[in-house]
Amino acid sequence: MRTLTYVAAIREAHAQAMAADRRVFLIGQGLWSPWYAGGSLEDLDREFGRERVLDSPVSENAVTGMAVGAALAGMRPIVFHPRLDFLLLAMDPVINQAANWSYLFAGQASVPLVIRAVINRGGEQGAQHSQALHAMFMHVPGLKTVMPATPADAKGLLLAAIDDPNPVLYIDDRWLYAQTGLVPEEMCRTPIGEAAVRRIGSDVTIVGISWMAALALEAAELLANQGIEAEVIDLRSLKPWDQSRVLESARKTRHVIVADPGWRTGGASAEIAATIAAEAFHDLDAPIERVTLPDTPAPTSRAEEQAYYPRPAAIVEAVWRALGRQDQAEAAA
Amino acid sequence: MLRIRKGEEAIAQMSESGEARCPCHLSIGQEAIAAGVCAALGAEDTIWGGHRSHGHYLAKGGSLEGLFAEVLGKTTGCAGGRGGSMHLMDTEQGIPGTVPIVAGTVPLAAGSALAYKLRHEARVAVAFFGDGALEEGSVHETLNLAALYRLPMIFVCENNLYSSHLHWTERRVADNLDQAGVFHSVPSQRVDGNQVEAVYNAAREAAVRARLGAGPSFLECRTFRWRGHVGPGSDEDVGVERRGELAEWLARDPIERAEQELAMMSAIDLEPHRAAIDEEIGRALEAARRAAAPDPQRAGEYVCVL
Repeated sequence: MRTLTYVAAIREAHAQAMAADRRVFLIGQGLWSPWYAGGSLEDLDREFGRERVLDSPVSENAVTGMAVGAALAGMRPIVFHPRLDFLLLAMDPVINQAANWSYLFAGQASVPLVIRAVINRGGEQGAQHSQALHAMFMHVPGLKTVMPATPADAKGLLLAAIDDPNPVLYIDDRWLYAQTGLVPEEMCRTPIGEAAVRRIGSDVTIVGISWMAALALEAAELLANQGIEAEVIDLRSLKPWDQSRVLESARKTRHVIVADPGWRTGGASAEIAATIAAEAFHDLDAPIERVTLPDTPAPTSRAEEQAYYPRPAAIVEAVWRALGRQDQAEAAA
Repeated sequence: MLRIRKGEEAIAQMSESGEARCPCHLSIGQEAIAAGVCAALGAEDTIWGGHRSHGHYLAKGGSLEGLFAEVLGKTTGCAGGRGGSMHLMDTEQGIPGTVPIVAGTVPLAAGSALAYKLRHEARVAVAFFGDGALEEGSVHETLNLAALYRLPMIFVCENNLYSSHLHWTERRVADNLDQAGVFHSVPSQRVDGNQVEAVYNAAREAAVRARLGAGPSFLECRTFRWRGHVGPGSDEDVGVERRGELAEWLARDPIERAEQELAMMSAIDLEPHRAAIDEEIGRALEAARRAAAPDPQRAGEYVCVL
């Protein structure tokens, strides 16, 4: 183990997978650019050759479809979309084709494909360069979706996604790229569908997704100063998601906050909250609280961006509401 | 060709009687394209198709029993009864899959061609699609990518003049689909799609080019479907006016033309072949009808593979 940044861990996973398996190749936009992928693919073209690292024309639909076809022909492609927003141009190959293929042909073939897409929020990039669309993909049967929040998982989930015989959407967030953490040197795998308990607590459960898991840890420290012990779960996989670990924690703490870096309506937080309400209603002492983005597109200017994205205080206030500390909640409001 | 014709006529009867309930898009009248292209391919080559792909599947080696059982939604169908007429596959025979999203498999075919190229395999991928698919952006994207990466691929456009109920003049200004590849530096030509030898020759040349590493080719094969867009009837059944072309195209029946050419070359007796096809169809129909329907308890299986 040594300390790596999140972005270095992503790059290492790519390099190790390509070195270990000739079937793995990369295709997508920005692969030969020194900056486009934020350093996550730096010099892979030099290391492995441009035949296996194809910086493609901006044809998201056909490029993603080609990756599906190559997967069906026995390769292990990683198709890269430097903005998750661009993946919207490739919904047919992802949903109609890759996600349905195994079911349609009764398991006679599957699509061992990794679709990697980056959320590039912040930085005044506006509504078409920063959308967190994971809930849309979480909706689709046959497609797995993962969102690592730590350097170790950035590596472990990418390698697990490459191993998986099914299509996996791997979403990483530029806000996490500078995070550091211990990362195994060997080819480690984070099991898809398994959440991680990042902090043990007894008063409230905070289920965090992607950078919201990191935010939840910050909130938990603030809460600890107030004598509130929060259990923080980093969901890591959105589909399948770790219902048993989340429910177990909900039953223990009897209070749940879901912190999702996506929109509220029809979002990942709605699915998680609905499941907890259905399965553990009688074990809860308060309604489930959600911390999400407001139901508006991402603004561009710095001032509006700062108001748009939740901070740890939003999670702290949600915890107060859940614990019935109305006075604190109202004072904060 | 005869096997496709007779096989599809059997499917038409099953659709008409209500025995087959899934939407069936028949290629009757277009058989020379599937037969000619697949005759130019080897067992290691792959074909990708669309909603009207019974002919492609049979020409590449798919079984009649697998087709009939699939159309009837039986477990012995080529897609295990999950796909129906529009989802045919037989990976052993080089048929990875057909799907009804127009142009859906065109980029997938290119992806398989990329896999062959990366692995240095002398294999060719064929994308079969209709004239309507040229209205999809992904085909144009794929033409460029295939040219750029010099993929071992053949684009086979079956231009039957109609996209569902719309004549080409209602969808395009110029009759120039044979130019579709030119802008993307993909050699393109128009072929008489009702003349099996012409199709075979064009496909063989394209396959040789692909295997030599010279890149993709585009063939516009002109043809006409005798039946409606979907189902056993002609389009008039559902109130779609066609332009009276059918009589003209019936006179250019690809099977009759091939038979005449064969007769000129030698005194071949086709009767034993016809009898053998009829017998194969009879056996396949019987087996498909006898086969089990899927167990509804297992309808949740194979969403993901383990």
